[in-house]
Amino acid sequence: MIGLPGSLSSIRGRETLARAQALKRTWPVVMDLCIAAIGLACFYGVVRIAHYWMGHAEPAIVISLSPRALPVYAFYSVVRIGLAYGISLVFAVGYGYVAAHSRRLEPLMVAGLDICQSIPVLSFLPGVMLAMVALFPTRQIGVEMGAILLIFTGEVWNMAFSFYSSIKSIPRELNEAATIYRFSRWQRLWQLELPYGAIGLVWNSMVSVAGGWFFLMACEMFVLGSRDFRLPGLGSYLQTAASDDDTRAILWGLAVMIGIIVAIDQLVWRPAITWSNKFKFEQVEGASRSRSPLLHLLTHSGALHSLRRHTLAPMSEKIYCSLAERRARRMVRADGVAVPASGGWMRWVIAAILIAGVVYLASQALALLREVTTPQFWAVMRGAGATFLRVNVSLAIAACWTIPVGVAIGFNPRLARIAQPLAQIAASVPATALFPIILLALIRVGGGMGIASILLMLIGTQWYILFNVIAGAMAIPSDLREVAQLFHFTTIQRWRTVILPGIFPFLITGMVTASGGAWNASIIAEYFHLKNQTMQTVGLGEQISSATDHGQFQLLLLSTVVMALMVVTINRMVWRPLFRLSETRFKLEG
Amino acid sequence: MQTPIIRAEKVEKYYAQPSENKIQVIAPTDLEIAEGQIVALLGPSGSGKSTLLRMLTGLSVPSAGQVYWHEKPVATTDVNVSIVFQSFALFPWLSVLENVEAPLKARGMQEDERRRRSLAILDTVGLDGFQAAYPKELSGGMRQRVGFARALVVEPEVLFMDEPFSALDVLTAENLRGELLELWQKKTIPTKAIFLVTHNIEEAVLLADRIIVLGRNPGRIRTDFCVNLAHPRNRKEAAFSQLVDYIYKVLTEPEAQPPDLPQALHGEARHARKYQMLPHARPGGVAGLLELLRDHGGRYDMYRLADDLLFEIDHLLPIVDAAQLLGFLNVSEGTAVITDSGIDYANSEISRRSDLFREAATNHVLLLDQISRAIEAKSDHTVSEDLFHDMLDEQFTEDETVMQLETAVSWGRYAQLFDFDASRRCFIRLEKRRSQAPSSTESVA
Repeated sequence: MIGLPGSLSSIRGRETLARAQALKRTWPVVMDLCIAAIGLACFYGVVRIAHYWMGHAEPAIVISLSPRALPVYAFYSVVRIGLAYGISLVFAVGYGYVAAHSRRLEPLMVAGLDICQSIPVLSFLPGVMLAMVALFPTRQIGVEMGAILLIFTGEVWNMAFSFYSSIKSIPRELNEAATIYRFSRWQRLWQLELPYGAIGLVWNSMVSVAGGWFFLMACEMFVLGSRDFRLPGLGSYLQTAASDDDTRAILWGLAVMIGIIVAIDQLVWRPAITWSNKFKFEQVEGASRSRSPLLHLLTHSGALHSLRRHTLAPMSEKIYCSLAERRARRMVRADGVAVPASGGWMRWVIAAILIAGVVYLASQALALLREVTTPQFWAVMRGAGATFLRVNVSLAIAACWTIPVGVAIGFNPRLARIAQPLAQIAASVPATALFPIILLALIRVGGGMGIASILLMLIGTQWYILFNVIAGAMAIPSDLREVAQLFHFTTIQRWRTVILPGIFPFLITGMVTASGGAWNASIIAEYFHLKNQTMQTVGLGEQISSATDHGQFQLLLLSTVVMALMVVTINRMVWRPLFRLSETRFKLEG
Repeated sequence: MQTPIIRAEKVEKYYAQPSENKIQVIAPTDLEIAEGQIVALLGPSGSGKSTLLRMLTGLSVPSAGQVYWHEKPVATTDVNVSIVFQSFALFPWLSVLENVEAPLKARGMQEDERRRRSLAILDTVGLDGFQAAYPKELSGGMRQRVGFARALVVEPEVLFMDEPFSALDVLTAENLRGELLELWQKKTIPTKAIFLVTHNIEEAVLLADRIIVLGRNPGRIRTDFCVNLAHPRNRKEAAFSQLVDYIYKVLTEPEAQPPDLPQALHGEARHARKYQMLPHARPGGVAGLLELLRDHGGRYDMYRLADDLLFEIDHLLPIVDAAQLLGFLNVSEGTAVITDSGIDYANSEISRRSDLFREAATNHVLLLDQISRAIEAKSDHTVSEDLFHDMLDEQFTEDETVMQLETAVSWGRYAQLFDFDASRRCFIRLEKRRSQAPSSTESVA
């Protein structure tokens, strides 16, 4: 489900997954409470809107299994991903920018980022879908908007965090140069902040879009009881094909899916990475440079060049001129009397209204929780326990095979050349797209939903661990390995003194991400409609899905809150201390 | 007295601590930057040099006090300054030209004008032809040239430099310093003052017209004085090394009151002196020539003299040069004319001659003067030949240095200035000398 790109050795430091960086920060509990209140308020709002739509049921969209329909479906899916990504990018840049520059909002916004990254987005799938359908006049647009909104919420946070931390880590002297040479905010953004953050944004974009496919597949094949939210797309095609047991259609669908992902990698991400190399903040030119013929074509295209000369360049000149004039005027004004602060009280009023609204909605949500009956509560708790076990089993299995394999690949450049592209293609197929097929196969051999759900979590999340372990193994300095060889370390000794400590920070980063992904996956993995029957197993994800299915919003709210709490708590109690340990004890300098 | 460009009035910097007491980084400090000066700010690490620079430029707001730019508070005016940074602070994603153009773009300058001025300044700093390169393709020295070009393109009134040469290798730094000084002295750039933060004492003494030494805990001005040495300054010059020693002393004794400035630096600075080329002539030959001149009415055409003595002119010339160097005769238009001290010398008997020779040698020959001063200054009155060997090396070839030292030994012995211990290769004090020459009484620390 993630397509980590070619040179894994470069995913270090600034470029590691932004989620890991969130773990380094600490902030007061008050911030967490604020975020929780806002989250509750949002959720309640969604649920209220969704209420209006319950009851209507309209005929489902018919998904054609003909291979000829596939290009259109693929096109729909790509457009959805593209739209959601575009919105995410703009929002992430805006969010990161405001968080980095507003001293008052910064702690709140950063805490928000951390929690938003932790909440399983899919638990909102049912609620958001219902709400969007209620809000929009035609059902199809509502479902489309719901899908885009969900993909957006899945993609945006790590990008926003990446941009925020990039701005924060700009070297002091560069910032001072920008100030002393009177850069306007506009110029600072385009000549300093965006270039500095570009590499982080590109890498996180790749991770985000891979995650986006995962969510999109889930959205497209979303069926809720009698209500069918299916969207025409690759995901629904695959699900329908699995339901109809049509092997030929499944293969066609998978081929197109892989084809699209490989094409996007080649046509979008490779050029983007090559282009972003330009923004590396290094004093010496690196030895290895990736190449992209497409980028070469684009940068050397005469037509594009002249287009830019005649449209963008004059426009930016005008902007710079007017900004400089504005600054000059401001300076003249400042020469005289200080400009009286205006709109101060307005801001307070708006803030007060916002706070009141949040408090009201949050308390309403809590009131909704009171409707939960005791057996229901225990069912949720039991489900939470079961899902917790399942998540950890899948993590353990993933770690068991990825650590040896990842270390072997990382230590052996020849093996890496062969294995890496294969692993990347395998990783880039969204697990959700495969799920109906896996489920179908498992049912044939007599496996149950319990095994299937662990399998889905595994497929969805093992790649995070694998790629991080490979990067970690590559990062172990060869002289350390030589020492081990020189002194004839036993295998156990070698693993305990060299390899495991060396990959530890990377392993933790991979595990954090994988754990979050696994919780998310539980929502579709534990409750699934296939061939007009509902497959389910005990779990928190099952509670969420079935609560939506039956319109039990108090249960939906409770289980979502429980899941969010568990993920955030595990992050705080387990992963963050481990991460700190890896930062202090197991950090390989240089 | 003209008004200063930048005036800091009781600026200080501290960080408030929760527990009432604050961490004082810079104690209240007054400072002025006037037109026409290169001011160097020296100090140990942690003395707040960079903080002070940032307050003077308006980048950082002082915790108390006020900085004025042409008598207006900096916060309310556009301060026309530039900073050259230690790390260069170039934007790696912009080409050399784009880096230099960026400040002009910020000022809303038209594209053509921007380009013209940027190319002109790149030419000035010696980067003609590099405009399309990216900083990472350049060497450190070249990158700092881009830094200078970017700083100078806005024609700053005051150019601030924050350890601009410390990230460069020694030779590159020396080269850049020289070029900067040339731009400044020839007024190629309209900059009215330069403010240099450095931890390199020699760099400060090489460049600055005024040196401010900071102390730490909290940062404060220890001493602030003008440097009157003429440019180009020479590290080997006595006044130069005295000043370096003085600053070193101030820096290494943070608790003590700064000592008085060395004498040589007060009033008129000595001009940079080079070692004269000692002609390889024996003192006896000089005496003979002077006697001949005296007997010939005090003047002699040099070619006739050579002919009359059946000397090759090449053999005669060193003797004439030596006599001239010592002030015993003048040569004009091929005629040698004996001076008063020359007549005095020619008329004296042998022991008086050595006194006169000593006087002439210490007055006119830098090397002999330095050797005798150095011997007096040392507690064991012994100075290794290597010391002077190294200094002469700067100016002469290896062979010539050896010959210069040989001649110096022969002259010094004749003048009874010093002796030379050939086994230890040392200059030593002459024990037998009756009295010390007046010029060698004041010794140099």
